[in-house]
Amino acid sequence: MQASKQKFTIHKNDSQKRYFERFLSAFFKVTTYLIIALAGYIFVNIAYNGSKALFIAEAPFINIDFLTQKPQTLHVYEPKEIYDQISQLKSAILELKTRREAIGSSDAQASREIQNNIKVLEAQVQALDQKRKADRLLYSDQQHRALAQEPDQSLYHYKNYAYSGGGVGPAIIGTCLLVLGSITIALILGVLCATYLSEYSKPGPMLQLIRLSILNLSGVPSIVFGLFGFGLFVLLFDWGVSMLAGWLTLAIMALPVIITASEESMRAIPKGFREGSLALGASKWTAIRTNVLPYALPGILTSSIMGIARVAGETAPIMFTAAYALRDRLPWEGLENGSDFFFQGVMALPYHIYVVSSKIPQNEYTRNMQYGAALVFLIIVGFFALSSILLRAKIRKRYKW
Amino acid sequence: MHTTESSETLNTIIEVKDFNFAYGESQALFDIDIDIKEKEVTAFIGPSGCGKSTFLRCFNRMNDLIDIARIKSGSININGINIYDDSVDVIELRKHVGMVFQKSNPFPKSIYENIAYGLRIQGVKDKSKLDQVVEECLRGAAIWDEVKDRLHDSALGMSGGQQQRLCIARALAVKPKILLMDEPCSALDPIATAKVEELIHELKKDYTIIIVTHNMQQAARVSDKTAFFYLGKLIEFDQTDHIFMQPSNPQTEAYVSGRFG
Repeated sequence: MQASKQKFTIHKNDSQKRYFERFLSAFFKVTTYLIIALAGYIFVNIAYNGSKALFIAEAPFINIDFLTQKPQTLHVYEPKEIYDQISQLKSAILELKTRREAIGSSDAQASREIQNNIKVLEAQVQALDQKRKADRLLYSDQQHRALAQEPDQSLYHYKNYAYSGGGVGPAIIGTCLLVLGSITIALILGVLCATYLSEYSKPGPMLQLIRLSILNLSGVPSIVFGLFGFGLFVLLFDWGVSMLAGWLTLAIMALPVIITASEESMRAIPKGFREGSLALGASKWTAIRTNVLPYALPGILTSSIMGIARVAGETAPIMFTAAYALRDRLPWEGLENGSDFFFQGVMALPYHIYVVSSKIPQNEYTRNMQYGAALVFLIIVGFFALSSILLRAKIRKRYKW
Repeated sequence: MHTTESSETLNTIIEVKDFNFAYGESQALFDIDIDIKEKEVTAFIGPSGCGKSTFLRCFNRMNDLIDIARIKSGSININGINIYDDSVDVIELRKHVGMVFQKSNPFPKSIYENIAYGLRIQGVKDKSKLDQVVEECLRGAAIWDEVKDRLHDSALGMSGGQQQRLCIARALAVKPKILLMDEPCSALDPIATAKVEELIHELKKDYTIIIVTHNMQQAARVSDKTAFFYLGKLIEFDQTDHIFMQPSNPQTEAYVSGRFG
C-alpha cells in the first residue's frame, strides 16, 4: 500500500520533467530532420531544374550537346503574331494597373473591377505564352550559322541572348583538368609533408608550430588563397591566368586537409610493422615505403579526394588564377608547343555557374544553363567522391590487418 | 675478454661491459656486465619494468627509435665490434641480429611475401632463390607442413601461434647469427607455446638465442643460461640449473621461488 502510494507521487512529480524531456528530444529530432529536408530540397531542386537542360525526351535521353558544346549565344525566333498580342496585352495590363493606382482606395468598387480585368488579361497572356513556347524556334550559335535560310523576319520576332545556348563542355573539361592536376600536386606535397611529420620529426615546440600553421591554413578564406595565387603565380611568376597557377592555388588550399588526414592514417599503422621491417635490416625509408605508406594509402586517398572535391567547388581561388568566363578553344587546341598547355586559362564549372548566374543579363533561358551546369557539377563532384570510396574499399580489401 | 671459470669451449659472441642506459633522465640499466656464448639459449628473467626488454633491444639498437634513449657509458661488443661505434651500419647489424617481438607482427601480405620481405629489401629478385629461401625458412621454423598449401594466402589468416612462428621464420630469412626474442610466447596458448619452445631447441644448433620471458618454467625449459634482472641491475647470471636450483643471490632465490615479482 505504502509502496504504491509512493510510486504514484513520484509519477506525479516527474510528469513535468518528462514532458520537458520529450519536448527536448522532439526539438532535436525536428532540427535534424529540418537539416535533412533542407539538403534534400537543395538537391531535388537542382536535379529537377537541371534535368531540363541535361535530359531530353528523344532517343539518347541525355542532351549530348549540352555536355559537349561551348556556351553560345541563343538565337530565339518567336512567332510575331503571338509576340505582338502578348506585348499588347502586357501594355494593357500595365495601363490598367496605373489606373488602379490612380484610383487608390477612393473607389473600392472601380478598383475591384479593374482588378478583375487584369486577372482576365493575365490569364490570356498565360495561354498565349504556352503557345509561344510551343511555336518558338531556338538556335544555338552553331545551329544558327548552319541554317540555310533564316526564318522569315515578317513572321518571326528575332532576339538573341548571350551565354544562354550551347553547353558546358569546355567547363567540364576545365574542371576535370583542374581537379586532376591539383590532386596530383596536393597528394605529392601532402604525403611528403605527412611522412615527415609522422615518421621523422621529433616532438617539440617546432612540431607544434608546424601543426598550428597547417591548422590555421585550413581556416583561411578561399578568396585569400585566390588573391595569394594571383599575386604569386599570376603576377610575380608572370604565368598569367593559367592552369598551373590554378593547380597550385587549389593544391595549397587542399593541403591542410590532406596533410592532417595522411598523418592520421600513417599514425594508425601499428608500430609492429615498422619495427618488424627495421629488425629485418630495412632502412627507415624502406620500412616506411614498404610497410607504412601502402597500408596508409586507403586513408590518404579517400581524404585527399574528398578534400579536393570540396576545394574543386570553390570559385574564389580560380577566378583570378585559372578560370576564363569564356574560351573558344579547348585546352588541347591550337597549342604552339607542349608547355603552353600549362600556361593557358580554362573554363571551369564553378566559375561558369557564377558567371551565368550573376554576370550576364538574366532571362528565361539562362535559368536552364544555371541549373544544368550546377547539376553537371554536382554529378562530377559526386563521381569523384564515389570513386574515392570505391578505391578505398578496393585497397582496403588488399591490405587488411 | 674475461672467460668464466666453467669449462665451455664455446666462443663468446656478445660481450657487454659496464653498460649504463637511460631514457632521458631516468636510468633504465645500471652497470651491466655479461658475456653471451655462441649457440646457446640465454634467458632474461625478472619482474616487469626491470629493464630486460630494454636490454634486449640494445643488442640490435632498436632503442635508436626512441629519441630520448641514450647510452650513458659502457659498450656492447658483438663479434668484437662495438655496435654503438659511429662507424657501425645499423642496417647491417640488424641483419646479423634478428628479432622476434612480443606481439606477433606479420605484415598484412601473403605468407610467402612475409618471408621474402627481408630478401626483397636487399634487392633480391630471383624467383627461384626466393622460393628456395622461403621453403628453407619455413622448414627451419617447423611450420612448412602447416602452410605449404597456402603460401599465397594472407599471413593474417593464421592462428596466433603460427603467426609467431612465421615471424621467427621471417627473421631467419636474412640469415642472422643472433636471434632476440622478446617474450615470444606471452600471447600464445600452451600448445602453441610448446611448439615455439621446441623450435627454439631446434634453432639452438645454428643460432645464438636470447629470450626474454615472464614465464620462469619456460626459462627453465628452454635456456642454457639465465640472467636475473631487478630494477635495472643484473643480479645474477649463471647456468639455468644453478639459477633455479641453488641461486647464490637471495633476491634471485626469492624471485624464482615465487615470493615476489
